[in-house]
Amino acid sequence: MKFSLSWLQDHLETTATADEIAAKLNAIGLEVEGVEDPAAKLTGFRVAKVLTAARHPDADKLQVLSVDVGDGTPLQVVCGAPNARAGMIGVLGLPGAIVPAGGMELKKSAIRGVESNGMMCSTRELELGEDHDGIIELPEDAPLGMAFADYHGSDPVFDVAITPNRPDCMGVYGIARDLAAAGLGTMKPVAAKAVVGSFPCPTEIRTDDPAGCPAFYGRVIKGVSNGTSPDWMQARLLSAGQRPISALVDITNYVMLAFGRPAHAYDLAKLTGAIFARRAADGESVLALNGKEYALDSSMTVIADDAGVHDIAGIMGGEHSGCSESTTDVLLEVAYFDSVRIGDTGRKLNLTSDARQRFERGVDPAFLDTGLDLLTGLILEICGGEPSEVVRAGTPPATPRVIAYDPARSLWLGGVTIPDDTQRAMLAALGFIADDSWNVTVPTWRPDVDGAADLVEEVVRIHGIDNVASVALPRADGVARPTATPAQKLERRVRRAAAARGLNEAVTWSFLPVPEAEAFATGNDGLWVLANPISEDMKAMRPSLLPGLLSAVRRNVDRGAASLRLFELGRRYLRGANGASDERLTLGAVLAGEKTPRGWATGKAQAFDAFDAKAEALALLAEAGAPVDNLAVMGEAGPQFHPGQSGTLRLGPKTVLARFGMLHPATLKQFDIGVPVAAVELFLEAIPGKRGAATFARSAYAPPALQAVTRDFAFLVDAALPAGDLVRTVKSADKANIVAVRLFDDFRGQGVPEGQKSLAIEVTLQPGDKSYAEADLKAIAERVTTAAGKLGAVLRG
Amino acid sequence: MDYAATLEQALARIANAADLDALEQLRVELLGKQGSISGLMKTLGGMSPEDRQTVGPQIQGLREGATSALTARKAAMESAALEARLATESIDLTLPAPSAPRGTVHPVSQVLDELAEIFADMGFAVATGPEIEDDWHNFTALNIPESHPARAMHDTFYFPDKDAEGRSMLLRTHTSPVQIRTMLDVVKANPGGAPIRIIAPGRVYRSDSDATHTPMFHQVEGLVIDKGIHLGHLKWTLETFLKAFFERDDIVLRLRPSYFPFTEPSVEVDVGFAIVNGKRVLGGSGDAPGHGWMELLGSGMVNHHVIRAGGLDPDEWQGFAFGIGVDRIAMLKYGMDDLRAFFDGDARWLAHYGFSAHDAPTLSAGVGTAA
Repeated sequence: MKFSLSWLQDHLETTATADEIAAKLNAIGLEVEGVEDPAAKLTGFRVAKVLTAARHPDADKLQVLSVDVGDGTPLQVVCGAPNARAGMIGVLGLPGAIVPAGGMELKKSAIRGVESNGMMCSTRELELGEDHDGIIELPEDAPLGMAFADYHGSDPVFDVAITPNRPDCMGVYGIARDLAAAGLGTMKPVAAKAVVGSFPCPTEIRTDDPAGCPAFYGRVIKGVSNGTSPDWMQARLLSAGQRPISALVDITNYVMLAFGRPAHAYDLAKLTGAIFARRAADGESVLALNGKEYALDSSMTVIADDAGVHDIAGIMGGEHSGCSESTTDVLLEVAYFDSVRIGDTGRKLNLTSDARQRFERGVDPAFLDTGLDLLTGLILEICGGEPSEVVRAGTPPATPRVIAYDPARSLWLGGVTIPDDTQRAMLAALGFIADDSWNVTVPTWRPDVDGAADLVEEVVRIHGIDNVASVALPRADGVARPTATPAQKLERRVRRAAAARGLNEAVTWSFLPVPEAEAFATGNDGLWVLANPISEDMKAMRPSLLPGLLSAVRRNVDRGAASLRLFELGRRYLRGANGASDERLTLGAVLAGEKTPRGWATGKAQAFDAFDAKAEALALLAEAGAPVDNLAVMGEAGPQFHPGQSGTLRLGPKTVLARFGMLHPATLKQFDIGVPVAAVELFLEAIPGKRGAATFARSAYAPPALQAVTRDFAFLVDAALPAGDLVRTVKSADKANIVAVRLFDDFRGQGVPEGQKSLAIEVTLQPGDKSYAEADLKAIAERVTTAAGKLGAVLRG
Repeated sequence: MDYAATLEQALARIANAADLDALEQLRVELLGKQGSISGLMKTLGGMSPEDRQTVGPQIQGLREGATSALTARKAAMESAALEARLATESIDLTLPAPSAPRGTVHPVSQVLDELAEIFADMGFAVATGPEIEDDWHNFTALNIPESHPARAMHDTFYFPDKDAEGRSMLLRTHTSPVQIRTMLDVVKANPGGAPIRIIAPGRVYRSDSDATHTPMFHQVEGLVIDKGIHLGHLKWTLETFLKAFFERDDIVLRLRPSYFPFTEPSVEVDVGFAIVNGKRVLGGSGDAPGHGWMELLGSGMVNHHVIRAGGLDPDEWQGFAFGIGVDRIAMLKYGMDDLRAFFDGDARWLAHYGFSAHDAPTLSAGVGTAA
């Protein structure tokens, strides 16, 4: 909402400066987004007199002027304006000045061979009006040489962001009311005289859709002449950013911007029969004033005549029945439309307008007559004509709301003590009438106020919300209690553990291109795909943390990175019960490119391999409290992974805590990555929580009395046997004695038969209360060999 | 026999031994079973007690003198040999040592940890909710009905899906639906209601993308529900939090009335800043010379419709709520100037702006990490 200071002063008697007004507007909740003074753009333009005007020797339409800017040295200026003539006073832009419209800097130049030392300007060039038919003509007494900015005078324009709850402030008058209530001046009454019609309205006006259009007031004015609107009105409209069009259109726009009251003027000659509000029929359409055709449906209210639709009610008029220069008889429409209907229709048609903004927020239902009087008065004054009697079809819902209020609430909710009388006066200045028992009648222009809390807001904002004193929240005794949940503690711990292991935490988009999401989708539940994505690249919610990290890898590699260790800790999005989402905390990590660069001690650069991924998975699962010693490495990491160099870490056969390994070359190709990538994904929600209440005391420390003994075994096994199976089998061969089994050699080649491999393990034995005798060790070794034998393993001689 | 001369002779030979082998040979020659000094020791047995009295100590002296000379000479030789070996083992320690990669925590995570720490001290727990929300929790329950113009203020991402109750699914446009979920949970556990103090951090989404807006960003919601909570408490809480977060006592807030459907009264909060080296640094009144105000967050007293939607009686329970951009305050505190870089995963950026794993925020150390 934009308006000039002089416009505001039409409604508010005030001596406040623009800065004071802006500060007060901010303080009462009308946020000032900017204050701009159009005069500030007029530097370098001066009041100047044309001394002589002669034909340009080489151009019919140009004249060569001699112009006096008051310093006695006339300047030669070439000018194309038809009204340029000797003796007139106008505005000269000197070299160096910047033309407000278009931003061109003026320079001394030659036009068709004749030197020109500046430019005589039109209203439009200075953004002071629309006139571009000729140059500005100033009165004869305009002081020569005066800076035109000073001559024109300063009239700052406020740009105020109106929150959706304040339709009353969608007009300058309402803003003036708020400022007056806040002590910045006195309201001037609305100068609307009731105009009595001299003949019955010749056109039938009615509403056939009382739900969408409860009231339709109107009248006809005959014999108008629709020229241009007066300068004062054009200046007002321009300050609001509205282009003046014609007197009738400008008047309706002016009343909307000044009073928040949209209206429409129809060219009566273009109407057929009665005019009325009704529901559109499915399949109907209308050509709106913006030149676009809109398809309507039966949920929308329109204004139609006996021949067809003219107007999308409350949103935009139609092209065919608008006023033009030839209009002589007009029909004025001042209607009340249901705000929800207007909003729904506007959204459906994707059509915004100044009228819609006001109707959907809720215009004052008690302002129809005043609005019509204001319009009529201005039309008669500017365009002449003879008004008919007013037709009032329907009744606007103008019964005011009454709210039971207790002035103590200003302290109870607002935290400020304001005397009752002061509150009553504040409310009264805003139009709220409080009776003796504090039943407060809400003015009809405040549809947003529906409870006591709203009245607290009114008195607190007028009092000054910044004057509310800080009051400490009550604090529980002692040191603050811990508040984090186990899941939150887990998240923090895993994040810092990953960073401590040398991984860089990234945060990537939650949404992905559909093909990337599909490549990582699990199960058959389907992805969450947006209906209105901002782009195809941000369309499907990620079912895995890896694709986002892989795109980050590609970007980094493209920037020349040789080694990347990235992780992200965030949600993956799955389908849940009852149509809800199932969002699970997940850690993804990618290790790409070089694990170690070429080095003087290490030789060639080493690439990351699947064991690096396995190491990260196990270390982070251990930090997350997973029982890592009980996890089995199994297959089925997913088709995104290298089938022979990936696996899952499972607790029992079904619970997958992590997947890890090298990514499939096809995955890398899809993400356009040219280096091998090892990846890890931890499914943190699958980690079983700790049972029972947390205790701080650790279990007692009881070191074994006797030293542990190690024995090495080497087995020949089938080349396909997973080493982990051997280790696990041996570990459980004699649980009373074997405390650890560590594999330290995996050998194939000389001395090992084709199709077999030699696995060497170190078995740690822990004696109990007496040392092992030779026979004990032999028995244990026997158990180890027997157990291994069940896997087909043969002890090497 | 001249024992002294014999000792002299032996000592000279020990001193002249060329290497450890020669020394060992000499030891055998002198002190071995067949050695010359060992032989003299054996003669003591055949002597008269008087002779033994005089000769014994001399032979003994001879043996001890030779033994200690041998030991000393051997130690000296070994030490010299070790020195000589170590001299050959010297290495160039200006060569690079193996390097361990330096991991980092993302600024958003770090700041969320800082917030959790500060608010925990004021008795706030951390609550969460789904990012894929239904329109009842995201809008309707927050007093933004279907046709409310405020829905248009939120550039909402929608899914074509509806949940089992026919509610449209969308990406939450703010963290405020967690208010509703928290209240409903509290009422479930305590049918009459109970005091609530939570912050709810997380990802939120708006269909908006330009230099200062990304379609995904982070917000933290604050909610206090209790009896007798008013605007003054809200102001104190925000001041206290911002002072602790920026570790400055001169944070000055300016409250302005505003409008949010879910609060009444609604308050926009500005904070004073100065321009230091071309960057905005919070602190001081925005009205002071060289200072200005910047919009920081939206807040207000929870609207009675919202309290009712949360299952509480608004005549009994009231409180305040606020929402603040996490990425934004991270940028203000740590000096990043491009929001889009937060979500790019550029390893150089992460290394530059990220935090050490060991910088877990604590109140005793100040939650912030110095540059």
